Amino acid sequence: MVPLAAYVVVSAVLFATGLIGVLIRRNFIIVLMAIGIMLNAANINLVAFSHYLDSMAGQVVALFVIAIAAGEAAVGLAIIIVVFRAKIATNVDEINALRW
Amino acid sequence: MAFELLVLAVPALPLLAVILNGLFGNRYSHRVAYWLGCGSVGVSFLFALGIFAEMLATGATREVVAYPWIFGGTLTVNLGFLIDPLTCVMLLVVTGVGFLIHVYSIGYMHGEEGFTRFFTYMNLFMVSMLLLVMGNNYLVLFIGWEGVGLCSYLLIGYYYDRVSAAKAATKAFVVNRIGDAGFLLGIFLVFVNFQTLDYTTVFARAGQLSTGMATTIALCLLVGAIGKSAQIPLYTWLPDAMEGPTPVSALIHAATMVTAGVYMVVRNHVLYDMAPLALSTVAWIGGGTALFAASIGLVQNDIKRVLAYSTVSQLGYMFLACGVGAYAAAIFHLMTHAFFKALLFLSAGSVIHALAGEQDIRHMGGLRAKLPLTHLSFLTGTLAIAGIFPLAGFWSKDEIMAHAFVHGHYALYGLAALGAFLTAFYMFRLTYLTFYGESRVEPHAAGHLHESPWIMMGPLIALATLSVIGGFPGVPPEAGWFHRFLNPVVGTTGPAEAHEGSTGLLPTLMGIATAIALSGWALAHYLYKIRPAAAHELADRTPRMYRTLLNKYYVDEFYDAGVVEPLKRLGAVWDWFDQRVIDGVVRAVGRLTETSAAFSTLFETYIIYGSINIIGYSNHLAARVLRRLQTGMVHHYAAIIVAGLFLLVHLLWVWWTGSSSVGLAAR
Repeated sequence: MVPLAAYVVVSAVLFATGLIGVLIRRNFIIVLMAIGIMLNAANINLVAFSHYLDSMAGQVVALFVIAIAAGEAAVGLAIIIVVFRAKIATNVDEINALRW
Repeated sequence: MAFELLVLAVPALPLLAVILNGLFGNRYSHRVAYWLGCGSVGVSFLFALGIFAEMLATGATREVVAYPWIFGGTLTVNLGFLIDPLTCVMLLVVTGVGFLIHVYSIGYMHGEEGFTRFFTYMNLFMVSMLLLVMGNNYLVLFIGWEGVGLCSYLLIGYYYDRVSAAKAATKAFVVNRIGDAGFLLGIFLVFVNFQTLDYTTVFARAGQLSTGMATTIALCLLVGAIGKSAQIPLYTWLPDAMEGPTPVSALIHAATMVTAGVYMVVRNHVLYDMAPLALSTVAWIGGGTALFAASIGLVQNDIKRVLAYSTVSQLGYMFLACGVGAYAAAIFHLMTHAFFKALLFLSAGSVIHALAGEQDIRHMGGLRAKLPLTHLSFLTGTLAIAGIFPLAGFWSKDEIMAHAFVHGHYALYGLAALGAFLTAFYMFRLTYLTFYGESRVEPHAAGHLHESPWIMMGPLIALATLSVIGGFPGVPPEAGWFHRFLNPVVGTTGPAEAHEGSTGLLPTLMGIATAIALSGWALAHYLYKIRPAAAHELADRTPRMYRTLLNKYYVDEFYDAGVVEPLKRLGAVWDWFDQRVIDGVVRAVGRLTETSAAFSTLFETYIIYGSINIIGYSNHLAARVLRRLQTGMVHHYAAIIVAGLFLLVHLLWVWWTGSSSVGLAAR
């Protein structure tokens, strides 16, 4: 029986990995993937606690998160394609017009 | 009901023509304009005949109220009409003579610029005059009174591009204003005393007045009458009024408007009868004017001016008649005068028309052969005005003189008799100089000589007929049909009273009057027919008198120097006062406002705007610093979000556990 703490540690490691990926990587696609890692870290947490507390609610929420992650990936990819076509930019720090 | 409509239609029809011609006159031809103008007056005349017939049949005085005009407090004024015998006579004279003159104008004004305007004004005059004679209260009378004054002004100044015409128009208007001021005061006094302006009530209650108040009212009204009827001292406008077209002179300045004063005095005879002083003032002004104007008429050389002075003189006779209480005689003379003076003016107009605008009798003469019909009509008018038996003027003038004599006003009789002699003289002088003797016509006008068209001769013939027979309704004097007809209105002098003294006196007086007229004729005949040089000799022998008369006693010059010029100087003084003092105050106030406004501007620019700008600048500075936060880099935003997240989790931890997360890490 794998203890709850192991899941939480894996989840924390995954989340930290995703967070660092979002903050330091410049490629759109990788940033998007890092966000996906963060979401799935949260999913692991949810499922682990669901099992631990013997409640299905956590797993249901995890399913919602997966669905939303799919939507997020679709929208994100669409934006990336548009930006790529318009500006021919593949890196996040190349679009900085959103300021004063 | 039909009668009411008839009465209302009399002034309404010319008014309709005024509106149509005045507003739309330029859209249709002259033919339509004169058909409207003459037609409306003609139909009015027919309606007036209808009213007259009704009056003859019933003999009842009636009042027709068109609508209540002003009501408030104690004042109630209706636009109402009073139909009594006096009004009937005036209606017939105004519309009848007016119609003939309108018809004549078609020919006389043919081809003139402003033809439609002329007819509009003429009709407006008819409307005003009808209101004047038909009104049943002083206010309606006053509207008509001012209306005819206005039309007189407009028509004297008809040739407004001529300076003399414009000046004459202004003079007539201003002189009339002087009279109107007195007239208005009279009306105010009537209202103060009676609380009403209706004739019927006023005359019924006139007995309440004290003699002093009655005299005051009568004299105030008389001032108005003097102005309108061109009596001494306000007569000077009438001769100048001859600047207007001749039909205007005939209609307004001879036959109708100038008689308004006489009508008004007769209408108010109840008040005058109570004021012997006012009555004798009327008589003396009338007698004086009759002689004074006649003497000026002796030497004038403008055909229309002679007739104008003759009009002033004849109006003097009417005033004289009023003053001695012969109201019926005054109205009788008013009527016959309207006939023969209109005739004389229109004949003179025919002469002027034939001579292409020449008005100086020194450039006429010998016109009898060229203008036989005009000559005949002019001669008829002359005979009538001179008082030759049995033409209209004889009966009316003789009646006035006889009345004055019979009632003991011998001095007035003397004035009138002398005036009658002069009248006969200057009228025959005019006739001889115009139609007899050698032709002194200027060559350029001589070729143009022609008898006037029938549209002008027709009215002349009608008026000549009236001048011949117009006196017969008043025969025998003071007891004729005319007097019986007017008796309900002016019935103070009963016919019986006149008959007492008429046993042998009246025929004698008639004989004297005829002798006076004939001697005037004879003198004129001698001076201007038999020995044409004699007139010049006479003038040369009495140069001062001749020049005085020629210059009209220098009255105009006197008024100019005594009234007009001082008033102008006073005007200049006030103008100076206005420009320097009043305008100075205004300008000072303006400058004060300007200065304070400048201060306000400074305060606003530097203090108010300054403090507002401080807020703006501080925002600006803050923004300059704070906008550095906005890098536009997604990483930075994400990093800030993560930092915020850590902070939030830390705070939550502190909140829940009550111990620092730092402490946890340390543990």
